[in-house]
Amino acid sequence: MASYNLDESYLYQAAGPFAITTQDLNVYYGNHQATFNANLKFPSNRITALIGASGSGKSTFLRSLNRLNDGIARVTGKIEYQGIDINQAAVNVYEVRRRIGMVFQHPNPFAKSIYENIAFPLKQLGMTSDLSNRVEESLRAAALWDEVHDKLQESALDLSGGQQQRLCIARAIAVKPEILLMDEPTSALDPISSRKIEATMQQLKKDYTIIIVTHNMQQAARSSDFTAFFHLGHVIEFNKTSHLFTTPRMPTTEDYISGHFG
Amino acid sequence: MATIFENRLEKLRQSFTEMGVDVSEQIYQSTKSYIDHDVKLAQTVIDGDSDVNSNETKLEKQAMNLIALQQPVASDFRIIISYLKAASDLERIGDNAGTIARETLRAKGNPRIADVETVIAKITKHVRKMLEQILDAYTTLDATIAPEIAQEDRKIDHYYQTTRTAITEGILANPETAVAASSYLMVIRLLERIGDHIVNLAEYLIYCETGKIVELDADDGHLD
Ligand SMILES: Nc1ncnc2c1ncn2[C@@H]1O[C@H](COP(=O)(O)OP(=O)(O)O)[C@@H](O)[C@H]1O
Ligand SMILES: [Mg+2]
Repeated sequence: MASYNLDESYLYQAAGPFAITTQDLNVYYGNHQATFNANLKFPSNRITALIGASGSGKSTFLRSLNRLNDGIARVTGKIEYQGIDINQAAVNVYEVRRRIGMVFQHPNPFAKSIYENIAFPLKQLGMTSDLSNRVEESLRAAALWDEVHDKLQESALDLSGGQQQRLCIARAIAVKPEILLMDEPTSALDPISSRKIEATMQQLKKDYTIIIVTHNMQQAARSSDFTAFFHLGHVIEFNKTSHLFTTPRMPTTEDYISGHFG
Repeated sequence: MATIFENRLEKLRQSFTEMGVDVSEQIYQSTKSYIDHDVKLAQTVIDGDSDVNSNETKLEKQAMNLIALQQPVASDFRIIISYLKAASDLERIGDNAGTIARETLRAKGNPRIADVETVIAKITKHVRKMLEQILDAYTTLDATIAPEIAQEDRKIDHYYQTTRTAITEGILANPETAVAASSYLMVIRLLERIGDHIVNLAEYLIYCETGKIVELDADDGHLD
């Protein structure tokens, strides 16, 4: 395998506004550094895909954005959200996670009814009225309403994997976040369910900024507006998706997306 | 070890090279048949045209399969698109060679204009050289030569215009040459068209190398 200069990168200057930006973000698991000086700006109401080989630090970076690495890793640098650096001890992490939601690789609905999966977190936040409206609204936004509206009291665990994942998306957006982080949300799903989630994302970007980790490059090419390529913890290229997959700027990106890696 | 993709891309490359060799030969023979009034050679060219067409169909299939099954990106993708587009221009060049050969058969036995035939021989040389140069560049997919090709094409466009005037004057001076003259007009227009196709080939090389879609002949374009 060719050796690449990890300090060279190409960062396309996208037009703002930006929902969230990072400045010199470094993440350390003990002595092991997993993210190196990541400087990324995520345009609002756009889908940005994070791609790269497994172990390249995509999840580590993503989880830092809503402080899920607290207690697991040391994170230095700035994460700017709405004018404040949310990577500071004083910041309320629960509020950060309400505003920056996360959908994981494996659907993880609660062992409760479909209705309660969405209503429960809302109640936790102190919401008492208008719950059923919010449940319906969220299920519609996640493109699940038509499939479940007549069985809201049934267990969420009886849904198919794809439906469960859309329920988790509905749950994440029910609390009205601004940013939705998704870590390989379709990798455990069949192609049809995956396409449904991708279609859902296109609808959601009207209201949310989406950052999605995917190891499926076709998925990144099909469904994102921007793509960031990670290699060994370094952001090598951030570019418009249409450019990154046709005329990448960095040789490392070219080799990775063309399957010429190691 | 070569991947499935690399093996198939290599086959595509070979198909393109074969097509290039065939078309180049056809251009050489058709123009030669026209200049030398060689009816037998003209017939050979006409018979060979279907080979080029079936080569193009084969190349198209290979390219489409590569795109659909191997899902190439970046330079791999651009290479395939460039071959695919170039093959269709090559096929058109081959068609034009066929038409020139048919002109050889049609013009036979009519009074000629020697001066014009000399110029046609000269344009022919230019076109052959351009075609050789561009096919050479395709073997390494190197676009360095592209601007030079566009420059050469402008010369051909210029010859085309001046020759057209000379032909018209020739008819006025000697109406007997009218049949030959209409054939000359046809042939120089075909040669001019071939030049345009060669410029297209140069544009695809630039796309292949940089991803940019350019118009090298944008300022003068087609002449008729
Ligand atoms: N909880 C953890 N503790 C220690 N090291 C970790 C932990 N999570 C990830 N890593 C390491 O950090 C690097 C990046 O991993 P990760 O962010 O999961 O990559 P990706 O999501 O791109 O596959 C890897 O070397 C991995 O082994
Ligand atoms: Mg991961």
